[in-house]
Amino acid sequence: MTMNGWIQIIVFLGVIFLIAKPLGIFMARVFDREKTFLDPVLRPVERILYKLTGVNESEEMKWGEYCISMLIFSLVSMLVLYLIQRGQGLLPFNPQKLAGVAPDLAFNTAASFSTNTNWQSYTPETTMSYFTQMAGLAYHNFMSAAVGIALAIAFIRGVVRREKETIGNFWVDMTRATLWILLPMCFIFALALVSQGVVQNFRAYDTVKLLEPQHIQKTGADGKAVTQTVSEQVIAQGPVASQEAIKMLGTNGGGFFNANSAHPFENPTPFSNFLQMLAIFAIPAGLTYTLGIMTGAKLHGWAVWSAMAILFLAGVTVAYWAESQANPLLHGVDQHATLMQSGGNMEGKEVRFGIADSALFATVTTDASCGAINGVHDSFMPLGGMVPLVNIMLGEVVFGGVGSGLYGMLIFVVLTVFIAGLMVGRTPEYLGKKIEAYDVKMAMLSVLIFPLTVLVFTAISSAAPSFGTSATSNSGPHGLTEILYAYTSTVGNNGSAFAGLSANTHWYNVSLGISMIFGRFLVIVPMLAIAGNLAQKKAIPPSLGTFPVTTPLFTLLLVSVIVIVGALTFFPALSLGPILEHLLMNAGKAF
Amino acid sequence: MKKQLMTAFLMTIATTVLLGILYPLAVTALSQIFFRDQANGQLIPKDGHLVGSRLIGQVFTGPGYFHSRPSAAGDGYDATASGGSNFGPTNQKLIDRVNGDTSRLQAENPNTPVPVDLVTASGSGLDPEISPAAAEFQIPRVARERRMSEDKLKQLIAAHTRGRWLGLLGEPGVRVLELNLALDAEK
Amino acid sequence: MTQTKKSSSQSMWNGKIVRRALVDSLIKLSPRTMMRNPVMFVVEVGSILTTLLLLQDKTTFSFNLQITLWLWFTVIFANFAEAMAEGRGKAQAETLRKTKSETVAHKLLEKGGIQDIPSSVLRLGDIVLVSACEFIPGDGEVIEGVASVDESAITGESAPVIREAGGDRSAVTGGTRVLSDQIKVRISSNPGETFLDRMIALVEGAERQKTPNEIALNILLAGLTIIFLLAVVTLQPFAIYSGSPQTVFVLVSLLVCLIPTTIGGLLSAIGIAGMDRLVQHNVLAMSGRAVEAAGDVNTLLLDKTGTITLGNRQAAEFIPAPGIPAAQMADAAQLSSLADETPEGRSIVVLAKNKYGLRGRELASHEAEFVPFSAQTRMSGVNLDGREIRKGAVDSISKYLNQHGTSMPREVVNVVENISRSGGTPLIVVENRRVLGVVYLKDIVKGGMRERFDHLRAMGIKTVMITGDNPLTAAAIAHEAGVDDFLAEATPKDKMDLIRREQSQGKLVAMTGDGTNDAPALAQADVGVAMNTGTQAAKEAGNMVDLDSNPTKLIEIVAIGKQLLMTRGALTTFSISNDVAKYFAIIPAMFAGTFPVLNALNIMHLRNAQSAVLSAVIFNALIIVALIPLALRGVSYRALSAESLLRRNLLIYGLGGLVVPFIGIKLIDLFITKIKLV
Repeated sequence: MTMNGWIQIIVFLGVIFLIAKPLGIFMARVFDREKTFLDPVLRPVERILYKLTGVNESEEMKWGEYCISMLIFSLVSMLVLYLIQRGQGLLPFNPQKLAGVAPDLAFNTAASFSTNTNWQSYTPETTMSYFTQMAGLAYHNFMSAAVGIALAIAFIRGVVRREKETIGNFWVDMTRATLWILLPMCFIFALALVSQGVVQNFRAYDTVKLLEPQHIQKTGADGKAVTQTVSEQVIAQGPVASQEAIKMLGTNGGGFFNANSAHPFENPTPFSNFLQMLAIFAIPAGLTYTLGIMTGAKLHGWAVWSAMAILFLAGVTVAYWAESQANPLLHGVDQHATLMQSGGNMEGKEVRFGIADSALFATVTTDASCGAINGVHDSFMPLGGMVPLVNIMLGEVVFGGVGSGLYGMLIFVVLTVFIAGLMVGRTPEYLGKKIEAYDVKMAMLSVLIFPLTVLVFTAISSAAPSFGTSATSNSGPHGLTEILYAYTSTVGNNGSAFAGLSANTHWYNVSLGISMIFGRFLVIVPMLAIAGNLAQKKAIPPSLGTFPVTTPLFTLLLVSVIVIVGALTFFPALSLGPILEHLLMNAGKAF
Repeated sequence: MKKQLMTAFLMTIATTVLLGILYPLAVTALSQIFFRDQANGQLIPKDGHLVGSRLIGQVFTGPGYFHSRPSAAGDGYDATASGGSNFGPTNQKLIDRVNGDTSRLQAENPNTPVPVDLVTASGSGLDPEISPAAAEFQIPRVARERRMSEDKLKQLIAAHTRGRWLGLLGEPGVRVLELNLALDAEK
Repeated sequence: MTQTKKSSSQSMWNGKIVRRALVDSLIKLSPRTMMRNPVMFVVEVGSILTTLLLLQDKTTFSFNLQITLWLWFTVIFANFAEAMAEGRGKAQAETLRKTKSETVAHKLLEKGGIQDIPSSVLRLGDIVLVSACEFIPGDGEVIEGVASVDESAITGESAPVIREAGGDRSAVTGGTRVLSDQIKVRISSNPGETFLDRMIALVEGAERQKTPNEIALNILLAGLTIIFLLAVVTLQPFAIYSGSPQTVFVLVSLLVCLIPTTIGGLLSAIGIAGMDRLVQHNVLAMSGRAVEAAGDVNTLLLDKTGTITLGNRQAAEFIPAPGIPAAQMADAAQLSSLADETPEGRSIVVLAKNKYGLRGRELASHEAEFVPFSAQTRMSGVNLDGREIRKGAVDSISKYLNQHGTSMPREVVNVVENISRSGGTPLIVVENRRVLGVVYLKDIVKGGMRERFDHLRAMGIKTVMITGDNPLTAAAIAHEAGVDDFLAEATPKDKMDLIRREQSQGKLVAMTGDGTNDAPALAQADVGVAMNTGTQAAKEAGNMVDLDSNPTKLIEIVAIGKQLLMTRGALTTFSISNDVAKYFAIIPAMFAGTFPVLNALNIMHLRNAQSAVLSAVIFNALIIVALIPLALRGVSYRALSAESLLRRNLLIYGLGGLVVPFIGIKLIDLFITKIKLV
């Protein structure tokens, strides 16, 4: 670990602190339908959209209706994405003449992008046409993010409203999230990325002549050694920056290229890398302040922000420390950090990012439900790779996915208030709303679905040599971690992978697709049910006897509940995966 | 329900046009106007044809060139199949590969530990850069092969070294393709 | 009260209760009973599973047997906790039931005459005659006569109380004994529904329904149980993948250690004990819901008289009118009060004696005619040797003077206003229609009230004093007593409106009351405590009855409610924190055989795999027993702000929950390896 590395991390967190407030204020205004400087341009567009789609913008919805609208929209748009992939051979913007996508892969990808997961079982460069990437995948990057923001706002309204039946209008919330927040930010961000070297074109792939043609020894079909001469390099192109922007801002993470943000065309410089990490945390961090404004308890917003910051720092510290270590199994290799090299575990990492930025990126992308990567998580050190895994297991509530991070965190807040709230001698209450059996039931349901899906699918896969463990590229504890990571990532709607797992099989495409759908919608429904239930309640004015949700003590408690619930659930699995691998590695064992 | 289905369908179509088509086209148009080179991949022309992209690494095996890092993209630096090795730290294949590369490199430059990035594959498989340490490690071989002074090579490396952004962000790196093009130009 | 508390703590491990609880804890093993508690049901299923598999593997029989036994102990200990809590209630019920012995009722027939029937066949509306030394055969209302009644069977208070027809002292309880006189009582409940029946049912826990918060907590615990069930069940495939499959005994042990058995086993005991603590304070809650609500109270409505102030005003000073000698005025005041048996009247006599040396005189020798207080004149006094002395409230004396063409001197009016402003009550003394002066009657605020209100304020509870006094007086007393707010000149309707207003802001309101006109407000309040001396209507309307009829007890009731919730929260936190240590005991034990490197996680340095698992299971079982006293007594409670309470409890039960099992498991490990159990 170097001083420079730590300064980068602290600067990053400092900027996240600085942007939370202005962005939070802006978002509160957008969803309270107050005037913003963008209105002259966007109001007309918004009105046209409502006119075209028959939305009555003054209509308010009960939670059930809100939920059904969300589900129907997700289903319809998921179906459209499936059809686009299947039929991309007939659609425009396909200079590489890529054929339609296979059904199980198309299902997996449709589920993946409409759930904000962006798990990629495919290699984009050779699978998806420019049209599919833009109108199918990037489009879902926008909408799944907008849906997430809408849901978080609906939940906040549930906390804020008193004796009301409704929690807002889904269509309006989603539209405003798209037009006022995502689109303008993406536009600017995309151009900034292009300036750094992220490509944005509709060219066919370029072919260049290698400076030094290469002779490659290969085993031919007949088993004999063949020497191939490679004198050209084909360079994949495409409208990358526009997709890259929403991939980050919408915490989607689905790369235009297979290597995702490790690819020099997606993430060419340390500065573009810094911008991308900021983009992941920007909206989720801002939403904590929006929470503070809308609930009238700004300190509560900051208390939640602080809990997130603590968990973030804990994660990045472990990851940075672990990745800075030398792999004891390698000999004759200089793994020390010097002014000339970053040292540490460089397998799967880019020189321009080094250890600090790779560890930071891995932490950020899994704290949020982004899942973009700028280094190969599968090649991280055992404990370094455990950090992204644990981040997802904790529910991706450390800033988290756009919207989903906040509502996920608020579910934990409800549980924290319930468990610890009793200790102040009152029926637990959250910002004046009593937390009763129904709320606890729904919160538990939404918390339960995560370990249920992850553990059951991982158990099945790890016990099935024919279709489960056969897909792993590493054996020993690391193989188990690959499977565990795949289901954790998909249920958590993260989308990053221990990519050694060859997941483009029937079993994995289908089970991971189901995981993504469960992890998204089965969490959302009970969450909205809580919102609807809270909205109907009376609010008790705060007093000295009220459980405090604005203090450092609350922050500490929230952190403990998240860590303990997450750790207790997954400790056995982790102890046989990364923890065991770490101990064995230090004992000099390889697999 | 039927109304919501209709709204959902229309909303999907309308927003697809806006976000899936108009938005990327607008970004493309502006990029092509203001950042033409960057938007098209910073391709390097030489002698009437393209020899590569400043951002995409290539394989070099000749002793007279600076070598890039090992690559897991296709057969090596395949820019249509980006990706890493996905080998975990305890994977025997990783250890064998690294040890093999290390002993080969140490033969060229004995008694010096090999900088780690020179024997590890990057995440993209297309990393255009190596660390300054890795470049320096290769100086004796290249100097020998090209009969150039080590100081001259050091100067060339320094000229093609990208420092930290604002002295703060990222790690310094040496762009291998451009360095090798410069080497060739020296002849 | 202090007495009952003392005896209860002595009886916590009362031999008879313990023996009975031991038997009950075995009876409770019936799966049908266990199913109500999902956490402990899982433990029982696990125990059954290991019992069935016991003979399968001979090589580790001793270990398997010990695990199985301790799993059963875990279930039994939890049942024992519940049985202990119930047992204490049952013991109380038995005492009550003794008073319920069959008595003969003298039923008045409609057509006249008396029929003797057993008390158990009395129906609602029957009228019975009860004479001295007889037991009152059922709950009811006195409709004729006055009697002194011994209610010690219910209240524990040995001093007899007066029960009379009409007014707020008309309710009688079945099982109490008439000491003197004879009363007619209209029976107000059918057999089996009497107050005594309900009390017995409540303390026995027979009608115990889970309270809202208990249900919510149960859901949380069930959810956690499912999560841990998943974690343990799926661990086996992972273990097989790693080449280290586990036995059912170890897996069940891990599961039982992880699921929140500590709180799961003690939860119902905590609830029963909460009710029980109220009973020890001589308060009967009609439902557990009311006890929980007491913890949530935001606003306390307290009657001034009897709660905040000593029941009665006392004369503090004589202020003579201009030109009147003080002694003359004191003399007149005393004369007018000699026959006045009200506390105010007596206090005037005492003040005159103490301050002016005027002894109470025997007036029989004189031609004295006492004029008692009447609703028309609202004055009292004496006619003595041609002197017509009257005393009364300002307005009634003014009226009296006006009728006779005079009026109050300006100076006296000033004095009156001053007294009112400072919270006192002025009483005017006139002799032959000439104002002699003013008696300053003062409300005496009970000692220690200000501190108690400060405590309540620190806990975020607002106190509102309810009084019939005028706003000036009320404000002064409110200030002196340190309450947050007051409602002056309160009518029952005002009281009701105040409750509704507070509730519309989402607040929970508690109040006490005894009169029939309090009934609507008692019913409206979230916690309505009726005085046992009050009317039947009041008792029916409230959700608690204070057998001591001590309105101040509302404050204790709130504390008990809070303590109940705090105990649940504290033990839940403790239970969940415990899991960390158990993981560090069991996980290395499970896999270190295959992967010795995992011994790095064995931070307690437990001797071997078997002793580690067994120690964790034993700790898990014993901690339930160890915490039974805490569950029954409740966590110690202080009047602090929520923030301080939270910090304190987190430190004790959160941090303690993390640390204690590390020590406990290590000690058990040392012990069982020493005596070579494994």
